[in-house]
Amino acid sequence: MLAVWVIVGIVVVLIIIFAAIFNGLVRLRNQVKNAWAQIDVQLKRRHDLIPNLIETVKGYMKHERETLEAVTKARNLAMKAVSAGAGERGKVEGELSSALARLLAVVERYPNLKANENFLALQEELTSTENKISFSRQYYNDSVLNYNNQTQMFPSNIVAAMTGFRGGEFFEIKVAEEREVPKVSFG
Amino acid sequence: MWEQVRSNRLRSVVLVVLMGALLLALGYFLGLIFFDSAVGGVVIALIIWGMMNLVAFFQGDSILLGISGARKIKPSDNPRLYNIVEEMKIASGLEKMPDIYIIDDPALNAFATGRSPNRASVAITSGLLQKLNRDELQGVIGHEIAHIKNRDVLLMVMVSVLLGSIVILAWYASRFMFFAGAGRRSSVRGGGQLGIIIILVGVVLMILAPIAAQLIYYAVSRKREYLADASSALYTRYPEGLASALEKLATSGTSVRGANKATAPMYIVNPFRKKGISLQSLTSTHPPVAERVRILRAMGGASLTDYEQAYRQAKGGVGVIPATALALDGAKPMALRAPSAEAKPVEDFPQRIERARETSGLVWRLNNYETIPCDCGTTLRIPPNFPLPTIKCPHCGKINYIVYRSQSLAPNG
Repeated sequence: MLAVWVIVGIVVVLIIIFAAIFNGLVRLRNQVKNAWAQIDVQLKRRHDLIPNLIETVKGYMKHERETLEAVTKARNLAMKAVSAGAGERGKVEGELSSALARLLAVVERYPNLKANENFLALQEELTSTENKISFSRQYYNDSVLNYNNQTQMFPSNIVAAMTGFRGGEFFEIKVAEEREVPKVSFG
Repeated sequence: MWEQVRSNRLRSVVLVVLMGALLLALGYFLGLIFFDSAVGGVVIALIIWGMMNLVAFFQGDSILLGISGARKIKPSDNPRLYNIVEEMKIASGLEKMPDIYIIDDPALNAFATGRSPNRASVAITSGLLQKLNRDELQGVIGHEIAHIKNRDVLLMVMVSVLLGSIVILAWYASRFMFFAGAGRRSSVRGGGQLGIIIILVGVVLMILAPIAAQLIYYAVSRKREYLADASSALYTRYPEGLASALEKLATSGTSVRGANKATAPMYIVNPFRKKGISLQSLTSTHPPVAERVRILRAMGGASLTDYEQAYRQAKGGVGVIPATALALDGAKPMALRAPSAEAKPVEDFPQRIERARETSGLVWRLNNYETIPCDCGTTLRIPPNFPLPTIKCPHCGKINYIVYRSQSLAPNG
């Protein structure tokens, strides 16, 4: 009789441990999903800010048509890739990042523009959105790291394998190498 | 690394229970002494504690924000601050955006409050807002968000309520004993030795409990500061931001108006400025700023493991980060990021130093000093009446021959 109770006790304890690990895994997976949604929000916000930026800047930067067009083009490509996978999306968003960085670097040559309050507000928004993108990416990757560790480490890996938790994919935005800005000399 | 919160909770429970036991023991013995009833004393202790808790729980943050004169801001009032808080909210994975307050005060400080991560506020003085660049502000806000995320605020409120109850109970009991004491004391039943022991224990507790509670409180508070620093570095991936912000905070000499002892642990640095702060390190709510800066600067990466290593190097002995947090953390090195564009020095520093050197060299020459470059890179300046033909470099020890190359430029030379 005692043996039966001991076995029942062990089984109950095992079930409790199993449930605790399972719930932990669910929590981590939801955290990953949530973090991904955050990245999405920030990328969309950047897409929304760009037309405004171009509109404000256009009047001042008559000689930077190429730079402006590059930004618009990169944005359109990024908009199309919204439903694409993490890898493809990371690539086009990276191109948009570097196009924007070039535009903001060129701004230094236009003191009038830097005195424009509308532009300054937009610049703050853009800088912050860039930061938010990288912070949400950072949080997402940290969450994925946690989740992956949990699915690979003993004993949670057993539960993960039994219930089909497979870990997540890291998200990298590939920023193209900063191109050298051609020097203009007035010899 | 987000597991930190959970292991924190366990430790917190232990500490709160410990302080609770202290409060009950105090009530028990004081009850025995004054009312001949242990239960009566315990009940009084519990009533005091309950009332203070209710006030703290429902009114705590509004009281804190009220006495510091903070005003709530909308996103449009200060987009930069709002954005930075939102950035840190995202980096920490906090679910709800905290309310943001500005305290119109030239002192440099910031604090976080709110009983849960879903009902939290961050407050910052206008002085700090002006003095810090974006990276530094990010570090400070990261530190405050870490307090919210780690549930430090709730813990500190609970602990300070317990501390307050113990202090109040002991204070009233000592007054009571002083004025009405002698007659009542003799009524402790059992007489003789047992009565004396009870009185002795009661008196000792009355004196020691507030002190012990205070020390627990300080220890908890200091540990929380280190943890929040570590988390801030993790969120921003840029410990230098917080380090240089802390330096600026430390060099400002003004106290925060409206700060008091109960609210002190909520601030990023101790809001009271006293001289000889290192002497009172045991009874301080905050670790010395210099030490916090040194640890942050010694970090090789941005992970909690890096902070733990830097902490051990600086202080030796056991670290601050709970082992469960470290176990999950170490798998991937976390690189530090570069400073943001705003934080870069406006002018090229090496160039400026070079220019300053040229100018000072010219002044020396005008005063008939001879300049000799030593092989180790040191520049030796020889006064005009120097008697010896050689000179020893104070830096590397090499003997240099003085060659009088140039004749003086001075008009009378």
